[in-house]
Amino acid sequence: MSGTAATLGTRSRTHPAGPRPWRLSPARLGIYLFLGAAAVFFLVPIWIMVATALKTMPEIRGGSVLLPPSALDPTAWLNAWSTACIGLECAGIRVGFWNSVQIVVPSVVLAVALGAVNGYCLSFWRFRGADTLFALMLFGIFIPYQIFVFPLIGITARLGLYGKLPGVVLVHVVFAMPIMTLMFRNYFATLPIEIFKAARVDGAGFWRIFTSIMMPMAKPIIVVAVIWQATASWNDYLLGLVFAGREHLPMTAQLNLLVSAEMGAHEYNVDMAATLQTALVPLVIYFVSGKWFARGIAAGAVKG
Amino acid sequence: MCHISSAIEQMIATTNRHFSLRRWLAPITAMAPAILAVLVVYVGCLLWTVFVSFTDSRSIPDLAWSGFGQWTRLYADYRWRTAMGHMFVFGAFYIVGCLVLGYLLAVFVDQRVRGEDFWRTVFLCPHALSFIVTGELWKWYLDPEFGLQRSVRDLGWTGFTFDWIADRHMALYTIVIAGIWQSVGVVMVLMLAGLRAIDEDIWKVTRVDGIPPWRVYTSVVPPMVVPSILTSVALLGAGAVKNYDLVIAMTDGGPGIATDVPSKFVMEYLFERSNIGLAAAGATTMLLTTIAVAAPLVAWQWWQRRRRARGPA
Repeated sequence: MSGTAATLGTRSRTHPAGPRPWRLSPARLGIYLFLGAAAVFFLVPIWIMVATALKTMPEIRGGSVLLPPSALDPTAWLNAWSTACIGLECAGIRVGFWNSVQIVVPSVVLAVALGAVNGYCLSFWRFRGADTLFALMLFGIFIPYQIFVFPLIGITARLGLYGKLPGVVLVHVVFAMPIMTLMFRNYFATLPIEIFKAARVDGAGFWRIFTSIMMPMAKPIIVVAVIWQATASWNDYLLGLVFAGREHLPMTAQLNLLVSAEMGAHEYNVDMAATLQTALVPLVIYFVSGKWFARGIAAGAVKG
Repeated sequence: MCHISSAIEQMIATTNRHFSLRRWLAPITAMAPAILAVLVVYVGCLLWTVFVSFTDSRSIPDLAWSGFGQWTRLYADYRWRTAMGHMFVFGAFYIVGCLVLGYLLAVFVDQRVRGEDFWRTVFLCPHALSFIVTGELWKWYLDPEFGLQRSVRDLGWTGFTFDWIADRHMALYTIVIAGIWQSVGVVMVLMLAGLRAIDEDIWKVTRVDGIPPWRVYTSVVPPMVVPSILTSVALLGAGAVKNYDLVIAMTDGGPGIATDVPSKFVMEYLFERSNIGLAAAGATTMLLTTIAVAAPLVAWQWWQRRRRARGPA
């Protein structure tokens, strides 16, 4: 499918109608009204999260959820981070934060490296059965984890990795592999094969071509893959819950334990502060990376 | 003479074989982790679970064949059938909602508006958040006591009621709304890619013929963004079957079993109610549903490839 390049290209340069009209006809006004209403729909939930996290409990009980906090009160924010009780432990959501960091960093490095090698092989070193292998991988992108979870527990337990950090990282890498491979394969498929052939003629071997030629050329897709995998593994809940073990529960799992706890009166400001803290890493990645995030969606969408 | 040439041929053949082994050793070693993962996890674990659905496994796997007992038990279970129903209702509203709203957003963003990057960034923003965060957010936002309902009442509309999240007939639709909020940006991105891949000449022709824009976008454009639509349907459909985190965070299946879904049912029978066989039958159902959802995309791509192979029509 074409369109990866078009995703990010702006129409204005090539559009036959010339420069953007600046005058506001009723139709143009309607367009902006629609976009504005949509923006409200998307932003209000995020706004109330930020606002609630900075309010005091009396203010939450007393006033509208949509109103801004009357004073910026950091108490809930600090509580959520370092003293809120999750289960029996009262050390805040930061425990989950560090667990997530420990899970996400190695799984991003390994998954991207593996995806790059796989994509390179599937593009330039197509052995017999490579297509079948790739088809099976693509199929894997769609399948619900529930079908793999139980036997995978048995396997990781036998390897002595169940409930440990390396175990949950391994599972993340296994499930990230198809999408990573797909991204790199599609990227390498756009490179001219002559580059590869010329390197072969010059006597470069498999790894030499990979490290000296392909990797330097693959920088854009490496960025896309890192952003994708960092966001996906940070946002994971199910794999962390099942494979990380009690000691290493990721931030999402800790957050859910905190918010859904049924004991005592709920401090909604603490709940929302913890939610915001959990959301912050992917949000920062999103706003810093800008178009690369959207490019990942286009590259990750399964194509023929 | 003949003897010598055949010896040379054999020599060349041997070197070739030798060379080719050396040539293929590195790629195959490099692919070994992937091959292992596919065989052990994507094929092995999957077949294991499918097989276990035909056994009497309770808390520990028992690999003796016992026929369709778990399947009949599963489909006789009211809770499972309810959960399946919820999955289909959620899926239908989620997919249609995302497609319609995503298409609208893409079309409006594509009107050469000012600040296009800004709008796109806003609409895609929720997709950076996890379903857990999305669920916690919307649970708070829709809280009947402190959330949106109270805010609107405070504005003076005292009779305003929006307590769907606590209403067992409507709770599922709050999950649909939150799901659409999180995912529609992706559809917008895919649709926008589709719109921008349309030939410039088509736009010119519609302009010259004086077809009103709304007609262009309802009749002319949709058939041309079929690839985007199919990709979206496959992604969203698979997402609807997988839907677990969002339900857990937002309603935890409640009130009662009003928002129970198959993924939650399977997880419970795997880990809390220890009936692995029954859970496996449930998981296999989820797998089959996913295949059915992804099938149109695969079929369409296959058809396109065949058409391309035959040459331009």
